[in-house]
Amino acid sequence: MSVFDAAKQAAQGLVQGVVQGAMEKLVPLAPDSWIPGGVPDPLIARKHGLIGKPVSRLDGVHKVSGTAAFAAEYRFDGMVYAALVYSTIPKGRIAAIDSAQAEAAPGVVLVMTHHNAPRLNPMPMFGSSPSAVGATDLPIMQDGVIHWNGQPVVCVLAETQEQADHAASLVHVTFDETPAVTSLAEAQANGVEQGQFMGAPLLDEVGDAEAAFAAAPHRVDQTYRTPRHNHNPIEPHAATLAWIGDRLVIHDASQMVTQQAQNMAQIFGLDPEQVHLTSPYVGGGFGSKGLWNHQVIGAAAAKLAGRPVRIALSREGVYRVVGGRAITQQRVAIGAKADGTFDALIHTGLSTMPPHGTMPEPFILGSQAMYGADTMLLKVEVGRMDTLANTFMRAPGEAVGTFALESAIDELADSLGIDPVELRIRNEPEKDPIKGTPFSSRHIVEAWRTGADRFGWADRPETPGSRRDGEWHVGMGCAMGTYPYYRMPGAEARITLTREGDTVRAKVEIAAAEMGMGTATTTAIVAAERLGLPLEQVDIAYGDSAIPGAIMAGGSQQTAAIGAAVIAAHNALVEELLKLAGNDSPLSGASADEVGSEAGGLARLDNPDAKETYVSILARAQRGDLSVTKAGSAPLETMHWSMHSYSALFCEVRVNAVTGEVRVSRFLGSFDCGRILNPKTALSQFRGGIIMGLGMALMEETQLDERNGRIANASMAEYHLPVHLDVPEIDVIWTDIPDPHAPMGAHGIGEIGITGVAAAVANAIYNATGKRIRDLPITLDKLL
Amino acid sequence: MNPFQYARADDAADALRRGAISGAAYLGGGTNLVDLMRETIARPDQLIDVTGLPATIAETDDGGLLIDAAVRNTALAEHPAVRMRYPVLSRAILAGASAQIRNMATVGGNLLQRTRCTYFYDAEGARCNKRTPGSGCDAREGFNRIHAVLGASDACVATHPSDMCVALAALDATVHVDGAEGQRTIPFADLHRLPGDQPDRDTVLRDGELITAIALPALPTGARSAYRKVRDRASYAFALVSVAAVLQLEGDRVVDVRIAFGGVAHKPWRATKAEAALRGQTITQQVVLDAAAAEFAEARPLRDNAFKPALVARTLAAVLTDLARGEAA
Ligand SMILES: Cc1cc2nc3c(=O)[nH]c(=O)nc-3n(C[C@H](O)[C@H](O)[C@H](O)COP(=O)(O)OP(=O)(O)OC[C@H]3O[C@@H](n4cnc5c(N)ncnc54)[C@H](O)[C@@H]3O)c2cc1C
Repeated sequence: MSVFDAAKQAAQGLVQGVVQGAMEKLVPLAPDSWIPGGVPDPLIARKHGLIGKPVSRLDGVHKVSGTAAFAAEYRFDGMVYAALVYSTIPKGRIAAIDSAQAEAAPGVVLVMTHHNAPRLNPMPMFGSSPSAVGATDLPIMQDGVIHWNGQPVVCVLAETQEQADHAASLVHVTFDETPAVTSLAEAQANGVEQGQFMGAPLLDEVGDAEAAFAAAPHRVDQTYRTPRHNHNPIEPHAATLAWIGDRLVIHDASQMVTQQAQNMAQIFGLDPEQVHLTSPYVGGGFGSKGLWNHQVIGAAAAKLAGRPVRIALSREGVYRVVGGRAITQQRVAIGAKADGTFDALIHTGLSTMPPHGTMPEPFILGSQAMYGADTMLLKVEVGRMDTLANTFMRAPGEAVGTFALESAIDELADSLGIDPVELRIRNEPEKDPIKGTPFSSRHIVEAWRTGADRFGWADRPETPGSRRDGEWHVGMGCAMGTYPYYRMPGAEARITLTREGDTVRAKVEIAAAEMGMGTATTTAIVAAERLGLPLEQVDIAYGDSAIPGAIMAGGSQQTAAIGAAVIAAHNALVEELLKLAGNDSPLSGASADEVGSEAGGLARLDNPDAKETYVSILARAQRGDLSVTKAGSAPLETMHWSMHSYSALFCEVRVNAVTGEVRVSRFLGSFDCGRILNPKTALSQFRGGIIMGLGMALMEETQLDERNGRIANASMAEYHLPVHLDVPEIDVIWTDIPDPHAPMGAHGIGEIGITGVAAAVANAIYNATGKRIRDLPITLDKLL
Repeated sequence: MNPFQYARADDAADALRRGAISGAAYLGGGTNLVDLMRETIARPDQLIDVTGLPATIAETDDGGLLIDAAVRNTALAEHPAVRMRYPVLSRAILAGASAQIRNMATVGGNLLQRTRCTYFYDAEGARCNKRTPGSGCDAREGFNRIHAVLGASDACVATHPSDMCVALAALDATVHVDGAEGQRTIPFADLHRLPGDQPDRDTVLRDGELITAIALPALPTGARSAYRKVRDRASYAFALVSVAAVLQLEGDRVVDVRIAFGGVAHKPWRATKAEAALRGQTITQQVVLDAAAAEFAEARPLRDNAFKPALVARTLAAVLTDLARGEAA
């Protein structure tokens, strides 16, 4: 049986238990929470609808025709342009600012420094309140104190961008430097502390892992290193903003729209309603499109100058102002029996963050639920360095943590002489290894088997370094990837039905962010299915702080959060419709759970002929429209089940025997991520994640100069990302087995793609050459 | 960017007249100069666009080619005579930058493009003697993976980034220039300087001098040439190292060999010691490695680039053995 048949059967099984007697087309209301004994989302059972069909992104036409306005493309009358001057020291004070030349330069409207900037409240730091999203709470242009090399110290406003840039180059800032911690070694020598993530210590212990490891008959114990990474979305960060009366209007590039509006209000001492932030299009975020210094500086300067401002960071500016992924140094020690099963799994090590930061790279997150082991020790410690605050970057934790863990497993497989796929399967856990909860949906073994088959894993050279094609060593490697299912509270949906003659349109408003993943399209698909309407009759509004609720495009949780909010609003809408339908309707007397939606209206589940359209219900009630707003239920499912996505990754590399150059020649990702809602946009997410993983494996590295904490390669010329020629054909398959405990049976898929990729590449390089590289990126000099 | 005036030169005389003014700079495709102006590293106040000057590739009496300075990189790489007779040049150009940049870039501009040292580019935050003479060099003790191992000085460890120039060095090209003191020709190997204590000067050109053409001599009959570039990703990256070679054999003995290395020095590095060691020899892996060792005897690797001499040696061995076997690398 193929995985696809298995998925179908699973879906059918779910249906039979739930919706007996319902017609294939009729979709009953979804449950609004997922707890033991509950029922799955009936949309899972729907086989011939929009879900699972490849749908092109609805905003695609706007993007390719240039009509989609991005943050730096908005304009206001009288708008001026901002340019920033950055600190060149890591720590100390501004001694003097000579801005006379800049002020006299053509077109200059304002030179803002800590001397004349308006007084501001600190940025609400992540974790300090549910809506706080600042990476740090440092004062912004308030006191002349320097905390990192690259901190903005002066903002120039001018009539054109060129004038602003030119004037900024004429500002001379001198500094009084104080000693700073700018190297990992120094940070470590100063003492490390227990790392925290989302308010919890990054520490998990099951039994005495060190003792079990010491006693194990087979052991690997290695240290792996990953460098800093910077964010390089195609759209550099930007905001266009204006004070209109006592209101602040911001067109931003944001993946946390509502939260940023609320945070800006707090910083400027305003009521939340006084800030209106929109962000309909975002040119990539990956965790970086949040609240940084530039929006605050832009708004402060606009206030001071009394002019609207566009502040668009240069690419260098993105490196100086927007944090990236922190450096890691990870130990993985595995103790195993002769059959390969784990006695002990130890994954510990060091990351860094600044004194003013909140987030080390939580590299153990993936290890929490990948394998069963009798004993486990997972721990992240942090050293403090005087740098820009680091932040989320696609699969924070798992992306680099899986490099270490999955490399170590390959090393163990090699030393035990067990096939690495087989070794992983032998260590499949029965339940969550740390929490003890059952898995909601885990089909990684199927993903391994199908993937191995399709990739031709059986053809892998058994002996490392044994296959040659001319100048090229050829090898294959595999690795597992994983990412948790999250659903954050706070999401609300507003559904409005509007009667237009004899048809109806549905508008779904949701405070979500669309960074190009296809969120708006997927939301439209899901809403259309629930409402029983064609896609063309559904409009989606998002990316606007005026919309109720707050959702973050982070943690790959947005699809689930939206899904649950739409369920709640849909259920409320049906109740309202039944009230309006009254006694003259064929639906008379039915309660919400006795009806389903189909073909633009509602029908009784026990008698599908008893039905009425939305138009008819609204018309009889003499209503032009009907609107409901409802929040999604509390995410109880993650308390009852261990919920994760998984991938089995296969890679073939060619390593040049003369030059050490690595070319990835084939890649296959076999994913187990619940039900795939839109194969077209899903494929892009998986592929994009894998490509980013190839970059992480082979070239991405922020060069932080340890002498002064300055990023030396703050440019895409010397910070390398994969180009087309570095990316082979990437084959992607998925189990498509719905998770019965998640809305739509779906998991988020934005981040899983990158996880495990670097290890798959490194393991393939080992297979090709016999060289084990434990330091990313794997550049050619490491292979000579 | 500093404010500047722009003018388009009608001909060489017009360009020279305008270029004689201090603060003037010639503008080719602008793919390097405009970047440097944006970064305020270059601050010309007069730009003289020389892309309207002649742009032909002509056969010369001695069987070589005369290439005007305004010829675009793409046009040169695609020219049938270049592809047939000087494959090393065609390949070197095509190994560089991107198609779009090559379409814009000119021969003159390619010769005079400046180093990619990240500290040279960080005008606000780093010390660089090439950018600001006397300020110091942050590369020497900093990130220097892409830096020089040969011919560097205390003042500067930068490399010249061009691919095309490495081929031209191996081809014994001649640079034709015109200036206030009249026309002159410069052997290609003498155009670029070693940094010494004046790293701000990349070449021996005098102020206001205009490159008008490059002359390629005919290659000896039977000579084969190849270019091989080693880099951190498959495309769109500067060379970590590169090798250009022209090989002429008689039987299996080397009659003539010309070798230039990229990515190892402040200039395209003509490997005369390796050439001398190879003349008269039969090409084998070991013979070539020994010849390369002679060339790198005085190499001074830095923290991050100690791999370069061995990498160049292996690459050279592969290139020459391929050429000797009659296979282009
Ligand atoms: C992203 C990127 C990647 C690149 N990758 C590579 C690579 O892999 N390999 C490689 O070799 N190159 C690479 N390049 C560099 C590229 O080859 C050069 O930018 C280009 O050759 C410069 O030519 P141009 O005509 O645009 O010069 P310009 O930028 O116009 O001028 C460069 C210099 O030459 C001077 N100049 C121009 N013409 C004359 C003349 N006739 N006489 C005297 N002076 C003159 C100018 O005053 C200026 O100082 C890359 C460039 C970029 C931007």
